Amino acid sequence: MNTEIFGVIAMFLVTITLAIPLGKYIGKVYNGNKTLWDPIFNPLDKLFFKAGGINPANNMTWQQNLVALLTINIVWFLLSMFVLMSQSWLPLNPDGNSSMTADLAFNTTISFITNTNLQHYSGESGLSYFGQITLMLWQFISAAAGMAICATVFKAMKPVLHSAKEKAAEVGNFYCLFVKSCTRILLPLCVVVAVLLLLNGTPMTFKGKDQFISVQGDTVNVSRGPAAAMIAIKQLGTNGGGFFGVNSAHPLENPNYFTNTIENVCIILIPIAMIFALGFMLKRKRFAWMILGIMTLGFLLLVIPSIYYEMHGNTAIAKMGVLQNLGSMEGKEVRFGPAASAYWGITSTVTSNGSVNAMHDSFTPLTGMFAMLGMMVNAFYGGVGVGFLNFYIFMIIAVFISGLMVGRTPEFLGKKIEAKEMKIAAIIALLHPFLILVGTAISSHLYAHNPQTYAGWLNNPSSHGYSEMLYEFTSSSANNGSGFAGLGNNTPFWNIACGIVMLLARYLPIIGPVAIAGILAKKKYIPESAGTLKTDNSTFAIMIFAVIFIIAALSFFPALALGPIAEYFGMK
Amino acid sequence: MSKNKSNKLFEPALVSTALKQSFIKLNPRIMFRNPVMFTVWVGTFVMLCVCVWIGAAHVQGQGSLLYNSIVFAVLLLTLLFANFAEAIAEARGKAQADSLRKTREETPAKKVFIIGEMQVNEIKIVPSSQLEKGDLFICEAGDMIPMDGEIIKGIATIDESAITGESAPVIRESGGDKSSVTGGTKVLSDKITVRVTTEPGESFLDKMIALVEGASRQKTPNEIALTILLAGFTLVFIIVCITLKPFADYAHTPITIAAFISLFVCLIPTTIGGLLSAIGIAGMDRALRANVITKSGKAVETAGDLDTLLLDKTGTITIGNRKATAFYPANTVDEKRFIEACMLSSLADETPEGKSIIELAKLNAEDFDTGAAKFIDFTAETRSSGIDLPDGRRIRKGAFDAIRNMVTKAGNSFPEETAAQVKVIAGNGGTPLVVSENNIAIGVIELQDIIKPGIKERFERLRKMGVKTVMVTGDNPLTARFIAEKAGVDDFIAEAKPEDKMNYIKQEQQGGKLVAMMGDGTNDAPALAQADVGVAMNSGTAAAKEAGNMVDLDNDPTKLIEIVEIGKQLLMTRGTLTTFSIANDVAKYFAIVPALFITSVPALQGLNIMKLHSPESAILSAVIFNALIIPMLIPLALKGVAYKPIGASALLRRNLLIYGLGGVIVPFIGIKLLDLLVSVWF
Repeated sequence: MNTEIFGVIAMFLVTITLAIPLGKYIGKVYNGNKTLWDPIFNPLDKLFFKAGGINPANNMTWQQNLVALLTINIVWFLLSMFVLMSQSWLPLNPDGNSSMTADLAFNTTISFITNTNLQHYSGESGLSYFGQITLMLWQFISAAAGMAICATVFKAMKPVLHSAKEKAAEVGNFYCLFVKSCTRILLPLCVVVAVLLLLNGTPMTFKGKDQFISVQGDTVNVSRGPAAAMIAIKQLGTNGGGFFGVNSAHPLENPNYFTNTIENVCIILIPIAMIFALGFMLKRKRFAWMILGIMTLGFLLLVIPSIYYEMHGNTAIAKMGVLQNLGSMEGKEVRFGPAASAYWGITSTVTSNGSVNAMHDSFTPLTGMFAMLGMMVNAFYGGVGVGFLNFYIFMIIAVFISGLMVGRTPEFLGKKIEAKEMKIAAIIALLHPFLILVGTAISSHLYAHNPQTYAGWLNNPSSHGYSEMLYEFTSSSANNGSGFAGLGNNTPFWNIACGIVMLLARYLPIIGPVAIAGILAKKKYIPESAGTLKTDNSTFAIMIFAVIFIIAALSFFPALALGPIAEYFGMK
Repeated sequence: MSKNKSNKLFEPALVSTALKQSFIKLNPRIMFRNPVMFTVWVGTFVMLCVCVWIGAAHVQGQGSLLYNSIVFAVLLLTLLFANFAEAIAEARGKAQADSLRKTREETPAKKVFIIGEMQVNEIKIVPSSQLEKGDLFICEAGDMIPMDGEIIKGIATIDESAITGESAPVIRESGGDKSSVTGGTKVLSDKITVRVTTEPGESFLDKMIALVEGASRQKTPNEIALTILLAGFTLVFIIVCITLKPFADYAHTPITIAAFISLFVCLIPTTIGGLLSAIGIAGMDRALRANVITKSGKAVETAGDLDTLLLDKTGTITIGNRKATAFYPANTVDEKRFIEACMLSSLADETPEGKSIIELAKLNAEDFDTGAAKFIDFTAETRSSGIDLPDGRRIRKGAFDAIRNMVTKAGNSFPEETAAQVKVIAGNGGTPLVVSENNIAIGVIELQDIIKPGIKERFERLRKMGVKTVMVTGDNPLTARFIAEKAGVDDFIAEAKPEDKMNYIKQEQQGGKLVAMMGDGTNDAPALAQADVGVAMNSGTAAAKEAGNMVDLDNDPTKLIEIVEIGKQLLMTRGTLTTFSIANDVAKYFAIVPALFITSVPALQGLNIMKLHSPESAILSAVIFNALIIPMLIPLALKGVAYKPIGASALLRRNLLIYGLGGVIVPFIGIKLLDLLVSVWF
């Protein structure tokens, strides 16, 4: 078999193999069961609980959990704005980088607390080490917040064995779940990954730029810094914000194929493990496998053609008579090749991890479209915690329609789905297309009517330029953070517009599912009967897939037709 | 009989009413109730303005007047088709209800006037419309009963065939559970005094008609949730269509207003949106065709969700009442003498069981002189009844333990062979009645239940639907178990008192189940009210009818089974048509999106996989298909999707294949065929 393809398959299999035990471990952590690591972490957790005045035994309602999440996010927002706008005089700035402008700081702050990591700056010149470390903290915090709030939904989904009133209180304590997500899941994994990267040459230092004299005799300044730690969490926490401007295409962030494999496994490890954790916590393994099956099917439908198109080269270049034995190599690193680059491109876009190891702007048109589709669906694995919450909305809609199709008022895991839940689900399902399409519409309108004023935005007008704008808003709304680099995006319009999109796209899709799960938890539990629709078999899986396809694919079809599809047919 | 079970969907008279209604319903205030169709209404209105604009000002770039007029006409047709679907469903329901109402047109009523403190009753003949709730009237043999009411005095045989279609007359009498009479039925014998129980215009039938006519039709929770989902889809496509304008500007592609509106109307779920209310009305109409009056649309839906059915044994599972099937005298007793004693003890027993004993004894009652005999009535305390004959014989018959107590109290021993026989009978599902003479047990009578043919298969069908059946009976547990097993019910309540039903319902509901029961007596009323679906028999007391949320005109206890299927059909029809409607979008996208952009982005010809002739023909074909699919699905909406008890997952697979996959494929074919036709002109 082609070694490139073998490498990709190996990466996927390793991920699944690691995700099963990790998922079980995560389930134990959230259930509060004993684990092997308790002697190490119990004192650490106690310290945090004491410092924060948290009583982990104190269960909160879903409303209280949401308030907790939003409140601490506001605190982080203010703190981050301060650091980024004053980093020039704050410590740990050996390279003397300047402070950020207000609109860029606004964009960057939102980008990091929302787990998006859209970067309208370049790490080497735009941030001090203190700024980098602050952002690294948000990478931990935003990932853990997503996981913790997802855990409250898991808890709410458990079947009730006693009265519903008691149950309402048992959606867990957000603070407690949040601390545990950091200390027991993210931190240990990050230490392992960071050490592995360190051993392969990724820098971890607070010293300023290094110098060497090249073969030609030029003096070259090389940026470095505490990169290894940040790269570990950026991949594990589906953050994606790189230490250096070109992200994981940079030789210091991602030195070789081995580190590429580690990082790529990390990108989808926790999103997959969360699904196993769900199966473990609800004691519904089949259900978890069903969800994973749908997600994997969707993922494969995106990744296989992407790898195919990247490995078969660019037709426009082929027309020039250039041989493309290696496939389409524009914007790619020779040490990874087209297959691993396309695989990374799709794994990172389906999981809302904005890191890149190749330039997405240079992907062949359809690969670019598949990357966008991954973000438009945003639930094939999805970001840590939040990916499942997006999937949950699709499940609610699928349960509703299929319940009607079998002549029974729809019920999901023993709870009836009624008007209130449908209202929330419909709003959340609407939000994503709304933000992406309206955002792109505004930018298209501005550009179409004032091409001179906004000439700096697009390096490539025509359908590719349109794709660049569409990609930017899709990436913001999916809280992904990668970009089509051809877009000149460090302008007040893009900083502010993307900032607002990121904010809305982060918090509303969290509030919605948490509210639905909280409302459902209070409802009467209906035991299964022969007439109950099974939600853990292939028929229901097809139904969910159809719902995702209809909502995600159909609402973006005209937009995609004008962008990547037009470009594809134009190049043919 | 008026049971108009015609299966003809479009009767000419109804069609003409419905056609008229489809235009009346174009009123925006009426359209507004249905968000999906209202947006189509707005689109149609905009197209009208565009046509006027083009006609008046020779506008460039919006297409010809003819093309725009056709788009307008097709959109108007879409609206009319949707309105027609609702109107025909209403008309059918109304016609059905009217045929029932016709039976209770103005009839003279013999109203009783109470004059002064003397309580002198005076009878005057007044038109039935002047009767009010609480009034008394009298009916004699040959009279038509003017209003629904409750018999307060007397007993009568009544011909209810006008309502039920059943020609055998029924007996209605005051006091018991069969005290209700229905307006429009005819008294055949005797005389009864009836108290009116409903205000004029507020009988169940009147309420039902109002429900069908839409005046008081409230959307059911499920309908609301579906409307929200459909509104959501509509909103998504509003966003898609509006944002398309700047996208097209960017691509330097002018898009005509007609194309925008066509795309929008094709994408929003007009098929289900147009048929939604028709489906709901048709559900109630189907219930009415089964001779069940529902008090709300919700009750029909809930019926589809039922988990547990409480069924009375008598009349539902078994035919009528128990019958005596054998006499077993004690060893020392002469058989003939025993049979004679059995018969004598039952002479005054008016219960069906008592009558069946006389029947089985095959002796002539007139042969016995019972003139001076004293009849002992059944009391709850003695749990036996009998006769004291002038010759000193005291014959009693009753439950085994009651007679045994009596016998042993008198110092006599209870014969072993009789005790053994009692056990055998009970074990076979029969009911033993022990007979004693002068405090000596002389034998036992066997009463047996006869299970209705075909009932077992019906329960099997219910089980496959996921519905649990529970038999309610006054029998002892042993007998109850035997019959339960033989009939194939899942559970039983033996020795049931009215409060047992109530407790069972509450207990099931606590476990999150939906429970239905059928009842007729006043003491059933609390349980009927507690049940999620309470079906009262039309012959039942006013209290029972008030408590339930459905009334069965046929007084047929197996009706619950039909009601469950009607409910399931209703929900399924909604679900499958929603799926079909949304699945259609795939093909419509492939028809319209290339048509929009082909002129300025020729590369997108690659998306025109149906090879449609021109942008105009593609758009017209899509909107025409979108309009035509509504009337084509009206029969399905009215009849309902067939329910098959094959398990939820198999059913989902089947419906996904037919309506999901079918919904993807059908429009590809339909639009292509229409395009072949339309391309002759465009």
